[in-house]
Amino acid sequence: MIDAVRLLPLTLLGALLGADVVSFPQAMISRPIVASTLGGAITGNVMAGLLTGAVLEMLAMETLPVGASRYPEWGSASLVGGALAGAYPAMTPGAVIVGVFVGVATAWAGGWSMYALRRLNGVWAERAVPAMEMGSRRAVMTLQLRGLTADLLRGAVLTLIALLVWTPVTDHVLAHWTIGRAASHSVLAAVAAGVAGGAIWRQSHGAAGSKWYLLAGAVLGIILLVLT
Amino acid sequence: MITPDREPTAVAPRLSWGARVAVFTRMFAVQGSWNYELMLGPGIGFCAEPALRELPGGPDGDAYRQALARETRYFNAHPYFAAVAIGALVRAELEGRPAAQIERFRTAMCGPLGSLGDRLVWAGWLPFCSLVALLAFGLHASPVLVVILFLVLYNAGHIALRAWGVSTGWRSGLRVAASLGAPMLQRGPQYLARAVLFLAGLALPLAIARVVGRRGLEITSHDWRIALPGAALLAIALAVLLVRLPARVEGWRAALAVLAVLILTSIAR
Repeated sequence: MIDAVRLLPLTLLGALLGADVVSFPQAMISRPIVASTLGGAITGNVMAGLLTGAVLEMLAMETLPVGASRYPEWGSASLVGGALAGAYPAMTPGAVIVGVFVGVATAWAGGWSMYALRRLNGVWAERAVPAMEMGSRRAVMTLQLRGLTADLLRGAVLTLIALLVWTPVTDHVLAHWTIGRAASHSVLAAVAAGVAGGAIWRQSHGAAGSKWYLLAGAVLGIILLVLT
Repeated sequence: MITPDREPTAVAPRLSWGARVAVFTRMFAVQGSWNYELMLGPGIGFCAEPALRELPGGPDGDAYRQALARETRYFNAHPYFAAVAIGALVRAELEGRPAAQIERFRTAMCGPLGSLGDRLVWAGWLPFCSLVALLAFGLHASPVLVVILFLVLYNAGHIALRAWGVSTGWRSGLRVAASLGAPMLQRGPQYLARAVLFLAGLALPLAIARVVGRRGLEITSHDWRIALPGAALLAIALAVLLVRLPARVEGWRAALAVLAVLILTSIAR
Protein backbone atom coordinates (compact mmCIF):
# COMPACT_ATOMS: atom_id res chain seq x y z
CA MET A 1 0.00 0.00 0.00
CA ILE A 2 1.41 3.39 -0.96
CA ASP A 3 0.64 6.09 1.60
CA ALA A 4 -0.16 9.71 0.81
CA VAL A 5 3.25 10.92 2.08
CA ARG A 6 5.04 8.99 -0.67
CA LEU A 7 2.71 10.17 -3.43
CA LEU A 8 4.39 13.61 -3.62
CA PRO A 9 8.01 12.45 -4.15
CA LEU A 10 6.81 9.75 -6.53
CA THR A 11 4.77 12.23 -8.57
CA LEU A 12 7.67 14.71 -8.76
CA LEU A 13 10.09 11.97 -9.75
CA GLY A 14 7.56 10.69 -12.30
CA ALA A 15 7.57 14.14 -13.89
CA LEU A 16 11.37 14.12 -14.24
CA LEU A 17 11.49 10.56 -15.54
CA GLY A 18 8.69 11.22 -18.03
CA ALA A 19 10.57 14.26 -19.39
CA ASP A 20 13.83 12.32 -19.63
CA VAL A 21 12.34 9.92 -22.19
CA VAL A 22 12.35 12.54 -24.95
CA SER A 23 12.45 16.18 -23.81
CA PHE A 24 15.28 16.64 -21.30
CA PRO A 25 18.04 15.43 -20.78
CA GLN A 26 17.67 11.93 -22.32
CA ALA A 27 20.27 10.66 -19.87
CA MET A 28 18.27 7.41 -19.58
CA ILE A 29 17.40 7.85 -15.92
CA SER A 30 14.01 6.87 -17.38
CA ARG A 31 15.19 3.36 -18.28
CA PRO A 32 13.19 0.76 -16.31
CA ILE A 33 16.21 -0.64 -14.49
CA VAL A 34 16.85 2.83 -13.03
CA ALA A 35 13.31 4.20 -12.65
CA SER A 36 11.81 1.07 -11.11
CA THR A 37 14.69 0.69 -8.64
CA LEU A 38 14.14 4.29 -7.56
CA GLY A 39 10.42 3.56 -7.12
CA GLY A 40 11.16 0.56 -4.93
CA ALA A 41 13.64 2.59 -2.89
CA ILE A 42 11.02 5.28 -2.21
CA THR A 43 8.36 2.81 -1.08
CA GLY A 44 10.77 0.81 1.09
CA ASN A 45 11.87 -2.29 -0.85
CA VAL A 46 14.65 -1.47 -3.26
CA MET A 47 15.26 -5.14 -4.16
CA ALA A 48 11.66 -5.55 -5.34
CA GLY A 49 12.11 -2.38 -7.38
CA LEU A 50 15.30 -3.73 -8.97
CA LEU A 51 13.70 -7.09 -9.75
CA THR A 52 10.71 -5.38 -11.37
CA GLY A 53 13.06 -2.99 -13.20
CA ALA A 54 15.20 -5.80 -14.60
CA VAL A 55 12.12 -7.54 -16.03
CA LEU A 56 10.76 -4.28 -17.47
CA GLU A 57 14.20 -3.48 -18.89
CA MET A 58 14.15 -6.76 -20.81
CA LEU A 59 10.68 -5.95 -22.17
CA ALA A 60 11.75 -2.39 -23.05
CA MET A 61 14.69 -3.62 -25.14
CA GLU A 62 12.18 -4.15 -27.92
CA THR A 63 11.35 -0.44 -28.04
CA LEU A 64 13.44 1.72 -30.35
CA PRO A 65 12.52 5.35 -29.58
CA VAL A 66 12.85 6.30 -33.22
CA GLY A 67 11.65 9.75 -34.25
CA ALA A 68 7.99 9.90 -35.13
CA SER A 69 7.06 6.33 -34.15
CA ARG A 70 4.64 5.75 -31.27
CA TYR A 71 6.11 3.63 -28.49
CA PRO A 72 5.49 2.88 -24.78
CA GLU A 73 6.74 5.49 -22.30
CA TRP A 74 8.79 3.39 -19.89
CA GLY A 75 10.04 6.16 -17.55
CA SER A 76 7.09 7.18 -15.38
CA ALA A 77 5.55 3.73 -15.89
CA SER A 78 8.55 1.86 -14.48
CA LEU A 79 8.60 4.16 -11.47
CA VAL A 80 4.97 3.26 -10.77
CA GLY A 81 5.60 -0.47 -11.27
CA GLY A 82 8.69 -0.47 -9.02
CA ALA A 83 6.96 1.63 -6.37
CA LEU A 84 3.98 -0.73 -6.20
CA ALA A 85 6.18 -3.85 -6.09
CA GLY A 86 8.25 -2.26 -3.32
CA ALA A 87 5.30 -1.16 -1.24
CA TYR A 88 4.68 -4.63 0.19
CA PRO A 89 6.79 -6.68 2.61
CA ALA A 90 9.73 -8.50 1.02
CA MET A 91 8.81 -11.76 -0.72
CA THR A 92 5.09 -10.96 -0.89
CA PRO A 93 3.85 -13.47 -3.48
CA GLY A 94 2.81 -11.86 -6.73
CA ALA A 95 4.11 -8.35 -5.90
CA VAL A 96 6.78 -8.28 -8.63
CA ILE A 97 4.42 -9.79 -11.21
CA VAL A 98 1.75 -7.19 -10.50
CA GLY A 99 4.44 -4.47 -10.51
CA VAL A 100 5.58 -5.55 -13.97
CA PHE A 101 2.00 -5.77 -15.25
CA VAL A 102 1.25 -2.28 -13.93
CA GLY A 103 4.51 -0.99 -15.45
CA VAL A 104 3.68 -2.32 -18.93
CA ALA A 105 0.05 -1.16 -18.81
CA THR A 106 1.11 2.32 -17.65
CA ALA A 107 3.82 2.47 -20.33
CA TRP A 108 1.13 1.80 -22.93
CA ALA A 109 -0.98 4.66 -21.58
CA GLY A 110 2.15 6.80 -21.37
CA GLY A 111 2.82 6.21 -25.05
CA TRP A 112 -0.59 7.63 -25.88
CA SER A 113 0.03 10.64 -23.62
CA MET A 114 3.31 11.35 -25.46
CA TYR A 115 1.48 11.18 -28.78
CA ALA A 116 -1.12 13.66 -27.48
CA LEU A 117 1.63 15.98 -26.24
CA ARG A 118 3.38 15.90 -29.63
CA ARG A 119 0.11 16.86 -31.30
CA LEU A 120 -0.30 19.71 -28.79
CA ASN A 121 3.29 20.84 -29.42
CA GLY A 122 2.41 20.85 -33.12
CA VAL A 123 -0.55 23.19 -32.51
CA TRP A 124 1.65 25.51 -30.45
CA ALA A 125 4.42 25.37 -33.07
CA GLU A 126 2.05 26.26 -35.93
CA ARG A 127 0.79 29.25 -33.96
CA ALA A 128 4.41 30.33 -33.29
CA VAL A 129 5.57 29.98 -36.91
CA PRO A 130 4.74 33.58 -38.00
CA ALA A 131 6.70 35.03 -35.06
CA MET A 132 9.56 32.55 -35.53
CA GLU A 133 9.74 33.50 -39.22
CA MET A 134 10.29 37.08 -38.03
CA GLY A 135 13.24 35.79 -35.98
CA SER A 136 11.53 36.27 -32.63
CA ARG A 137 13.69 34.93 -29.80
CA ARG A 138 10.72 35.15 -27.48
CA ALA A 139 8.62 32.85 -29.70
CA VAL A 140 11.36 30.21 -29.84
CA MET A 141 12.00 30.29 -26.08
CA THR A 142 8.28 30.21 -25.25
CA LEU A 143 7.64 27.24 -27.53
CA GLN A 144 10.55 25.29 -26.10
CA LEU A 145 9.77 26.05 -22.44
CA ARG A 146 6.06 25.36 -22.95
CA GLY A 147 6.86 21.96 -24.45
CA LEU A 148 9.24 21.09 -21.62
CA THR A 149 6.76 22.19 -18.94
CA ALA A 150 3.92 20.29 -20.59
CA ASP A 151 6.04 17.13 -20.69
CA LEU A 152 6.88 17.49 -16.99
CA LEU A 153 3.17 17.91 -16.24
CA ARG A 154 2.34 14.93 -18.43
CA GLY A 155 4.74 12.72 -16.47
CA ALA A 156 3.45 13.96 -13.12
CA VAL A 157 -0.23 13.49 -13.99
CA LEU A 158 0.41 10.06 -15.51
CA THR A 159 2.32 8.93 -12.40
CA LEU A 160 -0.27 10.26 -9.97
CA ILE A 161 -3.25 8.78 -11.83
CA ALA A 162 -1.49 5.43 -12.28
CA LEU A 163 -0.65 5.24 -8.57
CA LEU A 164 -4.18 6.20 -7.52
CA VAL A 165 -5.78 3.68 -9.90
CA TRP A 166 -3.40 0.75 -9.46
CA THR A 167 -2.81 0.87 -5.68
CA PRO A 168 -6.26 -0.47 -4.68
CA VAL A 169 -6.20 -2.96 -7.57
CA THR A 170 -2.81 -4.25 -6.43
CA ASP A 171 -4.02 -4.55 -2.81
CA HIS A 172 -6.95 -6.65 -3.97
CA VAL A 173 -4.91 -8.88 -6.29
CA LEU A 174 -2.18 -9.58 -3.73
CA ALA A 175 -4.74 -10.35 -1.02
CA HIS A 176 -6.10 -13.14 -3.23
CA TRP A 177 -2.85 -14.33 -4.85
CA THR A 178 -2.50 -18.13 -4.97
CA ILE A 179 0.19 -19.12 -7.49
CA GLY A 180 3.60 -20.06 -6.02
CA ARG A 181 6.71 -18.04 -6.62
CA ALA A 182 8.58 -20.70 -8.63
CA ALA A 183 5.82 -21.01 -11.23
CA SER A 184 4.88 -17.34 -11.47
CA HIS A 185 8.45 -16.02 -11.59
CA SER A 186 9.41 -18.66 -14.15
CA VAL A 187 6.69 -17.42 -16.48
CA LEU A 188 7.68 -13.80 -15.80
CA ALA A 189 11.39 -14.42 -16.50
CA ALA A 190 10.65 -16.50 -19.59
CA VAL A 191 8.34 -13.91 -21.14
CA ALA A 192 10.74 -11.04 -20.46
CA ALA A 193 13.85 -12.86 -21.67
CA GLY A 194 11.96 -14.17 -24.71
CA VAL A 195 10.90 -10.65 -25.70
CA ALA A 196 14.43 -9.31 -25.12
CA GLY A 197 16.05 -12.17 -27.01
CA GLY A 198 13.69 -11.83 -29.97
CA ALA A 199 14.18 -8.06 -30.09
CA ILE A 200 17.97 -8.27 -29.92
CA TRP A 201 18.09 -10.87 -32.68
CA ARG A 202 15.84 -8.77 -34.91
CA GLN A 203 18.00 -5.67 -34.36
CA SER A 204 21.45 -7.25 -34.53
CA HIS A 205 21.39 -10.44 -36.57
CA GLY A 206 22.69 -8.65 -39.68
CA ALA A 207 26.22 -8.58 -38.22
CA ALA A 208 28.63 -11.14 -39.66
CA GLY A 209 28.89 -14.25 -37.48
CA SER A 210 25.97 -13.10 -35.34
CA LYS A 211 24.82 -16.56 -34.24
CA TRP A 212 28.34 -17.48 -33.09
CA TYR A 213 28.60 -14.37 -30.91
CA LEU A 214 25.22 -15.21 -29.36
CA LEU A 215 26.21 -18.83 -28.85
CA ALA A 216 29.59 -17.93 -27.31
CA GLY A 217 27.87 -15.58 -24.87
CA ALA A 218 25.26 -18.20 -23.99
CA VAL A 219 27.93 -20.86 -23.28
CA LEU A 220 29.81 -18.46 -21.01
CA GLY A 221 26.54 -17.41 -19.35
CA ILE A 222 25.58 -21.01 -18.58
CA ILE A 223 29.08 -21.73 -17.21
CA LEU A 224 28.81 -18.68 -14.94
CA LEU A 225 25.33 -19.80 -13.88
CA VAL A 226 26.62 -23.21 -12.87
CA LEU A 227 29.65 -21.78 -11.05
CA THR A 228 27.87 -19.03 -9.08
CA MET B 1 31.82 42.93 -41.28
CA ILE B 2 30.03 39.73 -42.29
CA THR B 3 28.07 39.91 -45.51
CA PRO B 4 25.70 37.21 -46.82
CA ASP B 5 27.93 36.39 -49.82
CA ARG B 6 31.22 36.26 -47.97
CA GLU B 7 33.46 33.30 -48.91
CA PRO B 8 33.87 30.55 -46.30
CA THR B 9 36.98 30.81 -44.17
CA ALA B 10 39.49 28.05 -43.38
CA VAL B 11 39.69 29.25 -39.79
CA ALA B 12 36.52 29.06 -37.70
CA PRO B 13 35.05 32.42 -36.68
CA ARG B 14 35.37 33.57 -33.07
CA LEU B 15 32.76 32.32 -30.64
CA SER B 16 32.82 33.22 -26.94
CA TRP B 17 33.13 30.47 -24.33
CA GLY B 18 29.85 31.60 -22.80
CA ALA B 19 28.06 30.97 -26.10
CA ARG B 20 29.79 27.60 -26.55
CA VAL B 21 28.72 26.46 -23.08
CA ALA B 22 25.16 27.73 -23.61
CA VAL B 23 24.84 25.94 -26.98
CA PHE B 24 26.15 22.68 -25.50
CA THR B 25 23.89 22.88 -22.44
CA ARG B 26 20.79 23.62 -24.51
CA MET B 27 21.43 20.55 -26.65
CA PHE B 28 20.16 18.38 -23.81
CA ALA B 29 16.73 19.97 -24.37
CA VAL B 30 16.85 19.93 -28.18
CA GLN B 31 13.63 17.84 -28.28
CA GLY B 32 11.78 20.02 -25.75
CA SER B 33 9.06 21.00 -28.23
CA TRP B 34 9.27 17.96 -30.57
CA ASN B 35 6.19 17.77 -32.78
CA TYR B 36 5.02 16.08 -35.99
CA GLU B 37 5.00 19.33 -37.97
CA LEU B 38 8.45 20.90 -37.48
CA MET B 39 9.95 17.93 -35.60
CA LEU B 40 13.34 19.03 -34.20
CA GLY B 41 13.35 22.41 -36.00
CA PRO B 42 12.46 24.76 -33.12
CA GLY B 43 14.93 22.84 -30.94
CA ILE B 44 17.76 23.51 -33.40
CA GLY B 45 16.94 27.22 -33.28
CA PHE B 46 16.77 27.10 -29.48
CA CYS B 47 20.24 25.51 -29.28
CA ALA B 48 21.89 27.77 -31.87
CA GLU B 49 20.39 30.98 -30.48
CA PRO B 50 23.15 31.89 -27.94
CA ALA B 51 25.76 31.72 -30.73
CA LEU B 52 23.61 33.69 -33.18
CA ARG B 53 23.64 36.64 -30.75
CA GLU B 54 27.27 37.14 -31.81
CA LEU B 55 26.24 37.95 -35.38
CA PRO B 56 26.79 41.57 -36.48
CA GLY B 57 24.14 43.80 -34.89
CA GLY B 58 23.66 41.44 -31.95
CA PRO B 59 20.27 40.03 -30.94
CA ASP B 60 18.49 43.11 -32.29
CA GLY B 61 20.10 42.93 -35.73
CA ASP B 62 18.67 41.66 -39.00
CA ALA B 63 21.36 38.99 -39.36
CA TYR B 64 20.30 37.47 -36.03
CA ARG B 65 16.61 37.51 -36.91
CA GLN B 66 17.12 35.98 -40.34
CA ALA B 67 19.43 33.29 -39.00
CA LEU B 68 17.10 32.41 -36.12
CA ALA B 69 14.15 32.17 -38.52
CA ARG B 70 16.13 29.78 -40.75
CA GLU B 71 17.25 27.59 -37.88
CA THR B 72 13.75 27.05 -36.45
CA ARG B 73 12.35 25.56 -39.66
CA TYR B 74 11.67 21.85 -40.19
CA PHE B 75 14.54 19.58 -39.24
CA ASN B 76 14.79 15.97 -38.18
CA ALA B 77 17.71 13.92 -36.90
CA HIS B 78 18.72 11.69 -34.05
CA PRO B 79 18.79 13.97 -30.97
CA TYR B 80 22.44 13.23 -30.12
CA PHE B 81 23.66 13.50 -33.72
CA ALA B 82 21.75 16.77 -34.10
CA ALA B 83 24.80 18.21 -32.32
CA VAL B 84 26.77 17.75 -35.57
CA ALA B 85 24.23 19.84 -37.47
CA ILE B 86 24.07 22.49 -34.75
CA GLY B 87 27.87 22.95 -34.74
CA ALA B 88 27.99 23.15 -38.53
CA LEU B 89 24.98 25.47 -38.81
CA VAL B 90 26.26 27.87 -36.15
CA ARG B 91 29.57 28.14 -37.99
CA ALA B 92 27.83 28.63 -41.34
CA GLU B 93 25.65 31.41 -39.92
CA LEU B 94 28.62 33.16 -38.29
CA GLU B 95 30.59 32.88 -41.55
CA GLY B 96 27.67 34.48 -43.36
CA ARG B 97 27.08 31.63 -45.80
CA PRO B 98 24.24 32.20 -48.30
CA ALA B 99 20.80 31.30 -46.98
CA ALA B 100 20.12 28.87 -49.86
CA GLN B 101 23.31 26.93 -49.09
CA ILE B 102 22.33 26.62 -45.42
CA GLU B 103 18.84 25.46 -46.35
CA ARG B 104 20.27 22.79 -48.69
CA PHE B 105 22.60 21.60 -45.94
CA ARG B 106 19.71 21.30 -43.47
CA THR B 107 17.70 19.23 -45.94
CA ALA B 108 20.63 17.00 -46.85
CA MET B 109 21.65 16.23 -43.24
CA CYS B 110 18.28 15.01 -41.94
CA GLY B 111 18.53 11.46 -43.34
CA PRO B 112 22.17 10.61 -42.51
CA LEU B 113 22.06 12.05 -38.98
CA GLY B 114 18.84 10.17 -38.28
CA SER B 115 19.81 6.74 -39.57
CA LEU B 116 23.35 6.83 -38.16
CA GLY B 117 22.07 7.78 -34.71
CA ASP B 118 19.32 5.18 -34.74
CA ARG B 119 21.75 2.39 -35.65
CA LEU B 120 24.61 3.50 -33.41
CA VAL B 121 22.69 4.65 -30.31
CA TRP B 122 19.17 3.20 -30.18
CA ALA B 123 20.02 -0.19 -31.72
CA GLY B 124 23.63 -0.36 -30.45
CA TRP B 125 24.84 1.64 -27.47
CA LEU B 126 21.57 1.62 -25.49
CA PRO B 127 20.97 -2.18 -25.65
CA PHE B 128 24.69 -2.72 -24.97
CA CYS B 129 24.47 -0.67 -21.74
CA SER B 130 21.14 -2.31 -20.77
CA LEU B 131 22.71 -5.75 -21.14
CA VAL B 132 25.75 -4.73 -19.07
CA ALA B 133 23.32 -3.64 -16.32
CA LEU B 134 21.35 -6.91 -16.68
CA LEU B 135 24.62 -8.86 -16.45
CA ALA B 136 25.48 -7.05 -13.21
CA PHE B 137 21.94 -7.80 -11.99
CA GLY B 138 22.33 -11.47 -12.93
CA LEU B 139 25.64 -11.61 -11.04
CA HIS B 140 23.83 -10.37 -7.90
CA ALA B 141 25.29 -6.87 -7.86
CA SER B 142 23.61 -4.48 -5.43
CA PRO B 143 20.83 -2.18 -6.72
CA VAL B 144 23.07 0.88 -6.30
CA LEU B 145 25.87 -0.72 -8.33
CA VAL B 146 23.50 -1.82 -11.13
CA VAL B 147 21.98 1.65 -11.45
CA ILE B 148 25.28 3.55 -11.23
CA LEU B 149 27.00 1.18 -13.67
CA PHE B 150 24.25 1.70 -16.23
CA LEU B 151 24.04 5.48 -15.86
CA VAL B 152 27.81 6.10 -15.86
CA LEU B 153 28.45 3.80 -18.81
CA TYR B 154 25.56 5.05 -20.93
CA ASN B 155 26.18 8.73 -20.27
CA ALA B 156 29.93 8.46 -20.87
CA GLY B 157 29.01 7.54 -24.45
CA HIS B 158 26.05 9.91 -24.63
CA ILE B 159 27.86 13.05 -23.48
CA ALA B 160 31.03 12.21 -25.44
CA LEU B 161 28.90 11.80 -28.59
CA ARG B 162 27.19 15.17 -28.16
CA ALA B 163 30.55 16.87 -27.44
CA TRP B 164 32.18 15.18 -30.44
CA GLY B 165 29.21 16.12 -32.61
CA VAL B 166 29.16 19.81 -31.85
CA SER B 167 32.94 20.18 -32.06
CA THR B 168 33.13 18.22 -35.35
CA GLY B 169 30.29 20.27 -36.80
CA TRP B 170 31.94 23.51 -35.70
CA ARG B 171 35.36 22.45 -37.02
CA SER B 172 34.13 21.27 -40.42
CA GLY B 173 31.21 23.62 -41.05
CA LEU B 174 29.06 22.69 -44.03
CA ARG B 175 31.71 20.16 -45.14
CA VAL B 176 30.92 18.00 -42.10
CA ALA B 177 29.37 15.19 -44.17
CA ALA B 178 32.87 13.79 -44.79
CA SER B 179 33.33 13.33 -41.02
CA LEU B 180 30.26 11.08 -40.93
CA GLY B 181 32.09 8.64 -43.18
CA ALA B 182 34.71 8.00 -40.48
CA PRO B 183 35.41 4.24 -40.17
CA MET B 184 34.39 4.19 -36.52
CA LEU B 185 30.95 5.63 -37.30
CA GLN B 186 30.43 3.39 -40.32
CA ARG B 187 31.65 0.17 -38.67
CA GLY B 188 30.61 1.04 -35.11
CA PRO B 189 27.05 -0.34 -35.45
CA GLN B 190 28.47 -3.68 -36.70
CA TYR B 191 30.91 -3.93 -33.77
CA LEU B 192 28.18 -2.99 -31.32
CA ALA B 193 25.75 -5.51 -32.82
CA ARG B 194 28.26 -8.32 -32.21
CA ALA B 195 28.93 -7.12 -28.67
CA VAL B 196 25.17 -6.90 -28.01
CA LEU B 197 24.61 -10.47 -29.24
CA PHE B 198 27.48 -11.81 -27.10
CA LEU B 199 26.20 -9.91 -24.06
CA ALA B 200 22.64 -11.10 -24.67
CA GLY B 201 23.80 -14.71 -24.60
CA LEU B 202 25.78 -14.04 -21.45
CA ALA B 203 23.41 -11.82 -19.47
CA LEU B 204 19.94 -13.23 -20.22
CA PRO B 205 20.44 -16.71 -18.63
CA LEU B 206 21.88 -15.07 -15.50
CA ALA B 207 19.05 -12.54 -15.39
CA ILE B 208 16.45 -15.31 -15.77
CA ALA B 209 18.08 -17.18 -12.88
CA ARG B 210 17.92 -14.15 -10.63
CA VAL B 211 14.29 -13.40 -11.47
CA VAL B 212 13.30 -17.00 -10.81
CA GLY B 213 15.20 -16.59 -7.54
CA ARG B 214 17.49 -19.40 -6.50
CA ARG B 215 19.84 -17.56 -4.15
CA GLY B 216 18.59 -16.99 -0.59
CA LEU B 217 16.41 -20.10 -0.92
CA GLU B 218 13.45 -18.08 -2.10
CA ILE B 219 12.29 -21.33 -3.71
CA THR B 220 13.13 -24.94 -2.88
CA SER B 221 15.89 -26.73 -4.79
CA HIS B 222 13.37 -29.17 -6.22
CA ASP B 223 11.28 -26.36 -7.66
CA TRP B 224 14.46 -24.65 -8.88
CA ARG B 225 15.53 -27.70 -10.88
CA ILE B 226 12.22 -27.56 -12.74
CA ALA B 227 11.66 -23.82 -12.85
CA LEU B 228 14.95 -22.64 -14.32
CA PRO B 229 15.21 -24.99 -17.32
CA GLY B 230 11.48 -24.52 -17.92
CA ALA B 231 11.86 -20.74 -17.97
CA ALA B 232 14.90 -20.93 -20.25
CA LEU B 233 13.14 -23.19 -22.76
CA LEU B 234 10.01 -21.05 -22.72
CA ALA B 235 12.13 -17.93 -23.29
CA ILE B 236 13.89 -19.50 -26.29
CA ALA B 237 10.57 -20.65 -27.77
CA LEU B 238 9.03 -17.20 -27.34
CA ALA B 239 12.09 -15.46 -28.82
CA VAL B 240 12.02 -17.74 -31.88
CA LEU B 241 8.27 -17.16 -32.27
CA LEU B 242 8.66 -13.37 -32.07
CA VAL B 243 11.48 -13.40 -34.63
CA ARG B 244 9.37 -15.44 -37.05
CA LEU B 245 6.23 -13.35 -36.63
CA PRO B 246 5.87 -10.13 -38.66
CA ALA B 247 7.75 -7.14 -37.21
CA ARG B 248 4.50 -5.40 -36.29
CA VAL B 249 3.83 -8.04 -33.61
CA GLU B 250 5.21 -6.44 -30.47
CA GLY B 251 6.44 -8.63 -27.65
CA TRP B 252 5.49 -6.23 -24.86
CA ARG B 253 1.83 -6.52 -25.87
CA ALA B 254 2.09 -10.31 -25.77
CA ALA B 255 3.78 -10.01 -22.34
CA LEU B 256 0.91 -7.83 -21.10
CA ALA B 257 -1.63 -10.43 -22.22
CA VAL B 258 0.30 -13.33 -20.61
CA LEU B 259 0.65 -11.44 -17.32
CA ALA B 260 -3.05 -10.53 -17.33
CA VAL B 261 -3.96 -14.22 -17.75
CA LEU B 262 -1.49 -15.19 -14.99
CA ILE B 263 -2.94 -12.62 -12.56
CA LEU B 264 -6.55 -13.55 -13.33
CA THR B 265 -5.77 -17.25 -12.94
CA SER B 266 -4.08 -16.63 -9.62
CA ILE B 267 -6.94 -14.69 -8.05
CA ALA B 268 -9.68 -16.87 -9.57
CA ARG B 269 -8.34 -20.17 -8.22
